[in-house]
Amino acid sequence: MADTILAPQAFLTLSGISKRYAGVRALEGVDFACDHSRIHAVLGENGAGKSTLIKIISGVVRPDSGSMRLAGSDVRFATPSAANAAGVVCIFQELSLMPDLTVADNISIASPPRRFGLIDARAQRRRAERLLAEIGCEDVNPLLRVRDLPLSRRQMVEIAKALGQRPKLLILDEATSALTAADVEKVYAMLARLKSEGTAILYISHRMHEVEALADRASVFRNGRHIETFDKGARSTADIVQLMIGRDIATQYPPKPARQPAKPVLALENLSWEKHLDRISLTVGAGEIVGLGGLDGQGQKSLLLALFGVLRGVTGRVTVGGREVRPGSPAAAKSASIALVPEDRKTEGLMLPMSIADNLAIASLAALSAGPFVDRAKERAAIERAVTRLQIKIGKADDAVSTLSGGNQQKVVLAKWLMTEPRIILLNDPTRGIDVGTKQELYRLMRELADQGAAILFYSTDYDELIGCCDRVAIMYDGRIVRELQGDELTETNIIASALNIDAAAGNVHAQ
Amino acid sequence: MLNDLAIRLRQNVGLATAVLLFAALYLLYNLAHPKGFSPAVLVQNGDEIFALAMLAMAQTVPVLTSGLDLSVGAVMTMVGCFASYLLTGAAGGTPLHLDVLGLHLGLGTFPDGVGGILLGTIVCLAIGTLAGFINGCVVVYGRIQPIIATLATGAVYIGIALFLRPTPGGKIDEDLNWAMTNSLGDFASTLHIFDDGAAGWFAPFAWIPVPFALLVLIALVVWVPFRRSVLGRAVYAVGSAEGAAYMSGLPIERAKMAAFTLAGFFAGCGGLFLAIQTSSGNADIPQAGAYTLNSIASVVIGGTSLLGGTGSAIGSIFGAMILRVISFFFRIFDIAPLLQPLFEGLILLAAVSIGALGVLRVRNTLELFR
Repeated sequence: MADTILAPQAFLTLSGISKRYAGVRALEGVDFACDHSRIHAVLGENGAGKSTLIKIISGVVRPDSGSMRLAGSDVRFATPSAANAAGVVCIFQELSLMPDLTVADNISIASPPRRFGLIDARAQRRRAERLLAEIGCEDVNPLLRVRDLPLSRRQMVEIAKALGQRPKLLILDEATSALTAADVEKVYAMLARLKSEGTAILYISHRMHEVEALADRASVFRNGRHIETFDKGARSTADIVQLMIGRDIATQYPPKPARQPAKPVLALENLSWEKHLDRISLTVGAGEIVGLGGLDGQGQKSLLLALFGVLRGVTGRVTVGGREVRPGSPAAAKSASIALVPEDRKTEGLMLPMSIADNLAIASLAALSAGPFVDRAKERAAIERAVTRLQIKIGKADDAVSTLSGGNQQKVVLAKWLMTEPRIILLNDPTRGIDVGTKQELYRLMRELADQGAAILFYSTDYDELIGCCDRVAIMYDGRIVRELQGDELTETNIIASALNIDAAAGNVHAQ
Repeated sequence: MLNDLAIRLRQNVGLATAVLLFAALYLLYNLAHPKGFSPAVLVQNGDEIFALAMLAMAQTVPVLTSGLDLSVGAVMTMVGCFASYLLTGAAGGTPLHLDVLGLHLGLGTFPDGVGGILLGTIVCLAIGTLAGFINGCVVVYGRIQPIIATLATGAVYIGIALFLRPTPGGKIDEDLNWAMTNSLGDFASTLHIFDDGAAGWFAPFAWIPVPFALLVLIALVVWVPFRRSVLGRAVYAVGSAEGAAYMSGLPIERAKMAAFTLAGFFAGCGGLFLAIQTSSGNADIPQAGAYTLNSIASVVIGGTSLLGGTGSAIGSIFGAMILRVISFFFRIFDIAPLLQPLFEGLILLAAVSIGALGVLRVRNTLELFR
């Protein structure tokens, strides 16, 4: 570790910080520092201790031992508001907005402008408008309730709220994960401005290209320890990945088999829904992994939901194995042999307080039952098979699923659906917020399932993943499929060009 | 600006529905009533509405934090029983003297007349507020779910009420009863203010029933500032997303305490009025239960979500008035009073169903579970 990092002028210095949760080590003797006017990336797999680190800095949890100095004096934050008062502001991954309050209320929630002791609604509104304008979100009416905004706008409101506290140290925890590409640019511009004004910025992200684009300095964490801090350009991406996982990764993606003309299992014709899906036609063959690419929010998620029977008023034709189906609910989709790994595993994928075993068996109870009762022996056997097959790391199957790490939770979601033996598997960004090791296991598993004859439709926001995993990638733009790429066409340039709906060769924007 | 108006209207559709429904029902009632649109009818309605309206306001605040208060009816009953001792207006009054387990409890001697009544009122409201504060302590520091905490404390408050008034009784100053349950004109003449209510400027207001004026006053002086205070907004924030409220550095515990304390105050106002109106104290257990349940119904009809975070006490006042007007119809149309709960239940179901109509428009069924 370079000594310069712990120079006395550092704005924030942590020394010897340790934290355990119920005996499990989360952080161990961590020394860490960050400076004014720097964007400092914090990297590491899930469970590496990044979240605990920022929770300690922002006053959500207290360390068991160690000390923290901010601007030259010892601090110990008891609550998030104490940290805020000291100028430490965190934008959390799980939004800290109150959905029933308006945008203006939320932005000024901590210390609203007051007149005669009461909240001054007009001043508060002007303040919200000003802060939203600072991040290029003039289109959001501050009177709207946060509940009525799409996720990407909520994230921007969250950022405006943090900005309003005039942070001296701003922490972003995967804060761009829900943003559209245009908004990400605005956030970058804002970060650059804050940096030039002297703000210290801690940036946590799983997206390597973001880190490369933004960070002046990066620290890698692994297993609760601070491994190394280095300046921009001092380490290659491969080096960084190496540091993060601490073991060699030879091939990131399993090899693709030679393509043979596959019999289409899933075929869509002219599928349309509201403004989000526009005459989608697509086939997915047995043994094929078809990717859905494009910018966020171009209809990819709606397409998966439409196929899974969640959306009402879908028009067009869907055939499974040549037979027309029209799933009106997830239950109907399930009986048509379709499975969906949903976007948000915590709310849509799992019943967090229920046990791992219950979660695994929940989609296949009919098959595991004798009459009205669940066959316990059959259930046990099926659960054991699933746990072994996906190498889910669990203590006891009776533990609540909430006790698992993110990656293992996602495996439970996938395993739950594999137990129904689906012919069609829909995956909605299944690797989001998952560590590198588990990601690779998921890739391997996807290929294995395809080899066994499943048809997989895979939406991902990560271009690398699409190129590495998919036999074919359909790029969506504004609710339509604008291009299908396969074989050698599957390059990052082509994907990005199609995603932006421009001709890579000519650089022209397609006529709308 | 038109856009802003549309947004505000959409966000207050529950309140707007309640106001319109009340207006329609009340118009119908006055048309059907032989003495409809007369001050006498208005005064009578005001007296019958006030206590429930206060309890509806009381219930709203904890509900906004997504907690139910099952003790509002009990607090009302207990405060009413206290009032039947403290507001007798007797000369040199010995307001409350009790012998408990050989100990003598007394609240001392109150002054005569208006002074004594003012003091008694303050003590009664303080008792209600204290009861609410205790609820808040049990919920916040005992970390007990509000519904169970207030079920228990409510039983305690009813117990105190029964101890005070094992049988209905007591007395309320007659002038006080007269002044509070009639029009503003009668109020002024009883208190000998505004030229006994004959002052020229006062004439346009003289017909307004005191309970309605009081309702507006309490809403304006207590509820509106509370809603616009930082603490009030913390109440909404806690009900909307407690975790997010905590992460935003809001005083969550203080907000919950405030919610239950304010509920106690409002319930105390209701109990005080009920005692004044009936000129007695009565530890009526079924009545306390009915008021509690009706307060919840009023809150829902008034457009406040039982999940917390949205709604307002103003809506609940209209919810309470709707429930009461329905019972007025029973008198006019001579329907057997035994059918009343049936109709109230149907109205409640209808009101809740209207609120749920939006479900039919949802195109993404996943949103139903968010």
